Amino acid sequence: MLERQAPETEPWTIRVQDLSVTYRTAIEKKPTLKKTLVRLGRRQRIIREIQAVRDVSFQVPHGHVLGVVGVNGAGKSTLLRAMAGILPPTEGKVEVLGRVSTLLALGVGFKNDLTGRENVVLGGLAAGLTRDEVAAKYEEITEFAELGDFMDMPMRTYSSGMYGRLAFSVAISMDPDILLIDEALSTGDARFKEKSFEKMRELCAEARTIVLVSHGLRSIRELCDEAIWMHEGRIAMHDQSGAVIDAYRDFLHLSESEAANEDV
Amino acid sequence: MSAVAEAGRGRDDFSGEYHVYEPHRVGLPPLGPYFRALWARRQFLFELARTNLRAQHFNTTLGQLWLILNPVMLGIVYFTLVYIIRSGGRGSIFLAHLMLSLFAFRLVSTAVGSGARSVVGGGRLILNTAFPRLILPLDSVLESFMRFLPTVGVYAIVHVIVGLPIGPSLLWAVPIIALMTTFGAGAAMFTATAQVYFRDLTNFLPYFTRIWLYTSPILFYAEDVPDKLRPILYCNPMYPMLGSLNYAVIEGRTPPAGLLLASFAWAMATIVAGTLFFISREREFAIRI
Repeated sequence: MLERQAPETEPWTIRVQDLSVTYRTAIEKKPTLKKTLVRLGRRQRIIREIQAVRDVSFQVPHGHVLGVVGVNGAGKSTLLRAMAGILPPTEGKVEVLGRVSTLLALGVGFKNDLTGRENVVLGGLAAGLTRDEVAAKYEEITEFAELGDFMDMPMRTYSSGMYGRLAFSVAISMDPDILLIDEALSTGDARFKEKSFEKMRELCAEARTIVLVSHGLRSIRELCDEAIWMHEGRIAMHDQSGAVIDAYRDFLHLSESEAANEDV
Repeated sequence: MSAVAEAGRGRDDFSGEYHVYEPHRVGLPPLGPYFRALWARRQFLFELARTNLRAQHFNTTLGQLWLILNPVMLGIVYFTLVYIIRSGGRGSIFLAHLMLSLFAFRLVSTAVGSGARSVVGGGRLILNTAFPRLILPLDSVLESFMRFLPTVGVYAIVHVIVGLPIGPSLLWAVPIIALMTTFGAGAAMFTATAQVYFRDLTNFLPYFTRIWLYTSPILFYAEDVPDKLRPILYCNPMYPMLGSLNYAVIEGRTPPAGLLLASFAWAMATIVAGTLFFISREREFAIRI
């Protein structure tokens, strides 16, 4: 296990120090009336803590592309949300320099009853753009997403692939200094995948800082300079992306030709 | 900030874009930057309210007409109720009083009710985007206010038909409605925050709202309340607000200073306490929904 530490003098864009994030939920495994009454009688509260990220530290230098791999539930999405300032650290510190655009697992993140167009406008405004700026980007977004008339239909009529296309188009059009992407490249048909892969390459070449969470090991290998392998909330490995992927692949007992490569 | 200045050296556009996220105990974030960020999102707030309102009646045949039909039918329901209970009408002036008070009450109660759902129901929005969360209860209030506006037109027609006077005292309605909206905003921030910790709140709320409606001077005049029940009336924030509104609009007189001051005090105390309560807790919302 190799821990690569960027020298202190190197300009970083994202610096994560000793980060831990703990979720708190009040969910009983089998909620019953009897249990509830007993609990109220004893004045107990059910709080379950889930330590999603534990004691994680790394830096992302300016213009670098960092990949994050790991099995489901390893804490990848939580880590990304902490970097976006959505989840507060339970311990530690996250510092970010520059404007962040996020493309997180849940899609554009707005209301299904609204049309694609309305969601795009809302998404842009929520990210802090002005109405004019959103209008200026709108063309670019629709052109990239290629959804045609569906832009004026409520998003609940969208297929999951269309949903993903729109989400990806919005995220890359926000002109961010830092792009945080979660599983975005796995949506859409083969042609759109190829197109978004090309777009990602373009963005990487423009010296933006990107953090990419993906199960598609090919995209991590080809797009990222270095990678982090998360396991049970901790960093299992942080190294050149090729080395991390080889180790991760060994861990999963996958051979070079298997499914992971398919999923761009 | 020195390390930051060093790291961002040579990139001037970074200067205003430094974010640091640290753990917090319950406490307030720096209020200056918070309210600046909130102000920067005002277009987001308006767009959110506007599109939500439009989406709500997207599927119905009568569409946006429901924004008028709902309050009118509600007014008819309660007028019928009072008619039956008192076995006889109370005249057309009472109808005006009922409509006016009911619509103003709904301005507050809708804000409080949808405010309670705003944070917990805003799951995706909260988990995917970083923005001042105060937007969410404020959106509830704004939506409620937008729903209130058409009822002003409905009331105006009733006002003219029953022949109530039109004079300068009507202008008092503007600051009174503003105070009620402010009060509703503060209360919505309270319920929005409370709902995160106590999910049973929205189950209780409809019953609470209904009792509140029945104990407010809407289905009766404040003067009708017997002496022994007066203390209850005086504890109700709706009493000074609806009372002043009634003075100004129905009776065409300047509301008594006491009622106006009480309304002002309720509104200010609620908005300040609600805002501080909400903001001090909001950074915890994302890990709790």
